[in-house]
Amino acid sequence: MINEIVAPVLSLGGLGLAFGSLLAYASKKFAVEVDERVPKVTEALPGANCGGCGYAGCGAFAVAVVEGRAPVDGCPVGGAACASAVAEIMGVTVEQSERKVARVLCHGTKDKAREKYEYYGIEDCVAASKLGGGGKSCAYGCTGLGTCVKVCQFDAIKIENGVAVVDAEKCTACGKCVSACPKNIIELVPESQATWVMCKSKDKGKDVKEHCDVGCIGCKICEKTCKFDAVHVIDNIAIIDYDKCVNCSQCVVKCPKKIIHGKPEIKKAYIHEDACIGCTICSKQCKFDAIEGELKAKHKIIEEKCVGCEQCVVKCPKKCIEMR
Amino acid sequence: MIKELIVIALGAILIENFVLVKFLGICPFLGVSKKVETALGMGMAVTFVMVLASLITWLIQTFILDYFHIEYLQTIAFILVIASLVQFVEMVIQKMSPTLYQALGVYLPLITTNCAVLGVAILNIQKEFNFINAIVYGGGAAIGFTLAIVLFAGVRERLELSDIPKPLQGFPIALITAALLSIAFLGFQGLKF
Repeated sequence: MINEIVAPVLSLGGLGLAFGSLLAYASKKFAVEVDERVPKVTEALPGANCGGCGYAGCGAFAVAVVEGRAPVDGCPVGGAACASAVAEIMGVTVEQSERKVARVLCHGTKDKAREKYEYYGIEDCVAASKLGGGGKSCAYGCTGLGTCVKVCQFDAIKIENGVAVVDAEKCTACGKCVSACPKNIIELVPESQATWVMCKSKDKGKDVKEHCDVGCIGCKICEKTCKFDAVHVIDNIAIIDYDKCVNCSQCVVKCPKKIIHGKPEIKKAYIHEDACIGCTICSKQCKFDAIEGELKAKHKIIEEKCVGCEQCVVKCPKKCIEMR
Repeated sequence: MIKELIVIALGAILIENFVLVKFLGICPFLGVSKKVETALGMGMAVTFVMVLASLITWLIQTFILDYFHIEYLQTIAFILVIASLVQFVEMVIQKMSPTLYQALGVYLPLITTNCAVLGVAILNIQKEFNFINAIVYGGGAAIGFTLAIVLFAGVRERLELSDIPKPLQGFPIALITAALLSIAFLGFQGLKF
């Protein structure tokens, strides 16, 4: 009777004890020394394991940062907050960089872009683009089969009417779609940059018109319109220099094909007259002659001329200009 | 003797495939079968653990459970053995071979509760195998698992690129594929030695 209780308790307890002490011994004996900063850095990272940094996952990136092989702000997903947290652990400072988002430089939707054949094949842009460049007659256009949608781990891309569209709020700029797109039409653009050309076609204007209603024909009107030397037509396609562009939207208005994306609403400048000292800095700055007023007199905005480029706001020493 | 071992191994791999015929270890079979590469990693880890587990559980059963007549504690004792074995092996590999740890490391903790491992340990006892037969059966079962998961991952990789009707996308089509694969393996039922 007593044996029936003691034997199982002892044998199972003994087993447990034996394995427990074996594990305890092993954890000491086989302990691997890990830099204590590695788990801390891993903790600070987003943990999505997306591989946007170029390493196998957040863990591998953390090891690389601690070993000095990767920059502390190398995580494109975490952004500035994550970079400064990692920098603090590593004991270095980091420069602030602006958040970027991916943008698809094509909006030749099904009703606007012509097709040269109907594609029935593997649902993959790479496969389609190898079949004579895909179904669209434009060789530069989005094939719309969603290879970028599949690689996006943040559910930020959708195919709408045959063209990929990025949800800027969900996009983390990990760059997966940029490298996956066989047409190279996805670019990482600073978030505040509202003006961009929604086409990548290097075809001549006449050919572009045959392929698509919304393609850049290389007419150079934008180049002539731009007062900031930010747009240039190179190889039959308008390219905006994001460092020079101030989002004044003049090219957006003038583009005959309406293929330059502009900011959703244009605000006008307004001068708070009680704070204005009449220094004329703003009126000299304005390239559209939209500010009037003599030296030492209160300045005024001519609303019809103001395009909302915000250059006066940046330059006003008294900070008395507001966009509204 | 050799013939008997071959029969046991082939039986475990094809005729009584653990995943597709006995329906053991379905969780990793569906969970880590999106890429052939990871499926192979999982298969290797399972092979490793299954062989070791059949070895140790056979010894425990024969020299402790049978000896004290406490066979009813089989399940709990085996779970204890497998869990600590996996932990121990993980630590040793991490120290001895970082490369192997990189390859298997992620999958090892997942195997702790894999029912195929517990299944093979219990079946070894039920079939009244001797020591060598138990190890061969464990190895065969694990190779069968690897075969099934790698085949399935190969099919799923292609499914990713196919035009699948919307209601069937994702798990539904995976389950249908698994069922078809299982039916295909039924064909081995007729094998006789």
